[in-house]
Amino acid sequence: MITSLYRIQAICFKELMQLKRDKMTFAMVIMIPLVQLVLFGYAINTNVRHIPVAVVDHSQSALSRVLVQTVAATQVVTFSHHFDDIKSAQEALEQAQIRAILIIPQDLSQRVVRHASLGFALPDSSDEQTGRPIAQWLVDGSDTMVAGAIKGLRNMPLAELLSKPANRSTPTFEVTLFYNPEQRSAVNIVPGLVGIILTMTMIMFTSAAIVREREHGNMEMLITTPIRSIELMLGKIIPYIFIGLLQVAIILGLGYLVFNVPINGGLWALFCITLLFIAASLALGLVISTIATNQLQSMQMTIFVLLPSILLSGFMFPYEGMPEIAQYIAEALPATHFMRLVRGVILRDVCFTDMLPDVYWLSAFTFAGILLASFRFKKTLD
Amino acid sequence: MNRDSAPDLIIQAKQLSRNFGDLKAIDKLDLNIDKNRIYGFLGPNGCGKTTAIRMLTGLLKPTSGEIRVLGLTLPQDAEKLRLKMGYMTQKFSLYDDLTVKENLQFIAKIYGIFGATQNKRINELLSTYGLNQKQQQLAGSMSGGQRQRLALAAATLHKPELLFLDEPTSAVDPENRRDFWEQLFDLCQQGTSILVSTHYMDEAERCHKLAILEDGIKRADGSPEQLMNNIAAHVVEIEAEGLRHLKQQLIQLPEVVTAAQLGARLRVLIKSSVTNPIDFLQHHTEIVTNKISIVRPSLEDVFITCTGSRRQ
Repeated sequence: MITSLYRIQAICFKELMQLKRDKMTFAMVIMIPLVQLVLFGYAINTNVRHIPVAVVDHSQSALSRVLVQTVAATQVVTFSHHFDDIKSAQEALEQAQIRAILIIPQDLSQRVVRHASLGFALPDSSDEQTGRPIAQWLVDGSDTMVAGAIKGLRNMPLAELLSKPANRSTPTFEVTLFYNPEQRSAVNIVPGLVGIILTMTMIMFTSAAIVREREHGNMEMLITTPIRSIELMLGKIIPYIFIGLLQVAIILGLGYLVFNVPINGGLWALFCITLLFIAASLALGLVISTIATNQLQSMQMTIFVLLPSILLSGFMFPYEGMPEIAQYIAEALPATHFMRLVRGVILRDVCFTDMLPDVYWLSAFTFAGILLASFRFKKTLD
Repeated sequence: MNRDSAPDLIIQAKQLSRNFGDLKAIDKLDLNIDKNRIYGFLGPNGCGKTTAIRMLTGLLKPTSGEIRVLGLTLPQDAEKLRLKMGYMTQKFSLYDDLTVKENLQFIAKIYGIFGATQNKRINELLSTYGLNQKQQQLAGSMSGGQRQRLALAAATLHKPELLFLDEPTSAVDPENRRDFWEQLFDLCQQGTSILVSTHYMDEAERCHKLAILEDGIKRADGSPEQLMNNIAAHVVEIEAEGLRHLKQQLIQLPEVVTAAQLGARLRVLIKSSVTNPIDFLQHHTEIVTNKISIVRPSLEDVFITCTGSRRQ
């Protein structure tokens, strides 16, 4: 038992020495979370703004100019082009110089006056002119997020147009935003990024660490020594647990300092779920290492797991919006469960025990992974 | 007394075979290797030397056959064997990015050697193998000879009873090879049994006993002297002009195993079925008697005679 611990410690120590000498890998341990956090924290923004659009103004009136200014003031769009006819505007749309075209009709002023929201002249409901919008958007609808942002302009208040106090109607619903009232994307992205970066580095490091021994011929020597498979596995993953925790500290620390992402939950709960997720990712890395025969293969398998972890785990797109089959696939990924756990703890201060299904899944995944890896790893060359 | 566990035999193999798909890497190999001796596997590349060693160390499971090493039955007792044996792989298998000392410390810990014992043993090895000056150097930056000495130090760190060396000198210059063999004899004298594979004749000749392997089959075994005495051929050297032409002429004859030129001489192996090789040669060529002489066979002659079937 004691010698067993010594052997595990020997492997850990050796692994750390090698890591210390491998300056590039050591740099990546720090740089991956650092650079990616800053990059994604700033870059990923689900509030679409400043979409380049063109205006075709058939009205050419003071009112139309005020309308363009009012729309521009929402900051959703930026009027980068002006065209005299729709045809040339459409060409610009095709060439992707702009994402949408605002067409202002000649009878803008009549339409504005009759527009219901202004409550100016209240025409009969039978008057077919009543319901007419005052202008039209032609939108490149291929990107649903861009299209959605412009659709959001449909019910823009018009009162400002005539420097008249808004004729506010009572909204149907009152909406109160919890956990991220300012609607900053970083608040959602930063905790998610913990899961993505850990998935990437943990799976890659462990799978490569064992495959590298095999590639360099060290494995042939190791398996002729009295070391046991499980000792080798544990010795290999323990150093990376600390590396994983270091990366989490970097991401959440910077997230707090730079992006002002609060950590509402307890640090202890955060530590536990992170440790659990690191263990699950390392176990997956070990399984990969028993399948892959060279580092390129292990890298490819890591990417195979990484991509769905980014796209299906709820990091980028809401889990609820996915079709049922995709949800089943997502459920199998450790990243999906960690995404729920970490956002729960960091943003909503959810109690650990309220998320037991996810905790159970990650534990079962880790256990099965280590078992499978030890089972597959044989101390022979057959 | 059960012959299966004869105390002076350190390795016993019976009808040992290993197939990789259709390829018979080792075919019905019988081995009886004495304790406290250096035993050699001599054979060309791809003859099954490494496969045989891997089976005897428990790294590969035999397709059929029985193995007993140090009284342990393989592959079942492979784990027990690992404490008692050392294995030096063909390719350098320690860590290039650790220093000499770190590599040895790592191996020591794996074998459960700690503290003062560890320091003492490592210092012993460093001075035995002339690595004192190199202990802080990364293994990857050392020369072939130094790395091989480090590998031997690592393989003998836990003082194994049995040492397997798989082509230990393939990346080493002749002088280092000499020193290396001196060290092997030192180890042998201290009670270690050694099994070494090689494709160098001069190394094979240093072994107490050896087996000649070809295509996974044992062609001959015994001490080098025995093998040379029992060679199934006469070795004749001819001194003459026009040796290239003479050689072409001779190798056409079914009784001639092979002919190879050595400077101004032609060394001819003639099957032992020919009773008087000098008469035979004179009969078939036009050479005067005093330019033909029967010489003592070398191990290379034995090797060529044993493995000749493949060339024809």
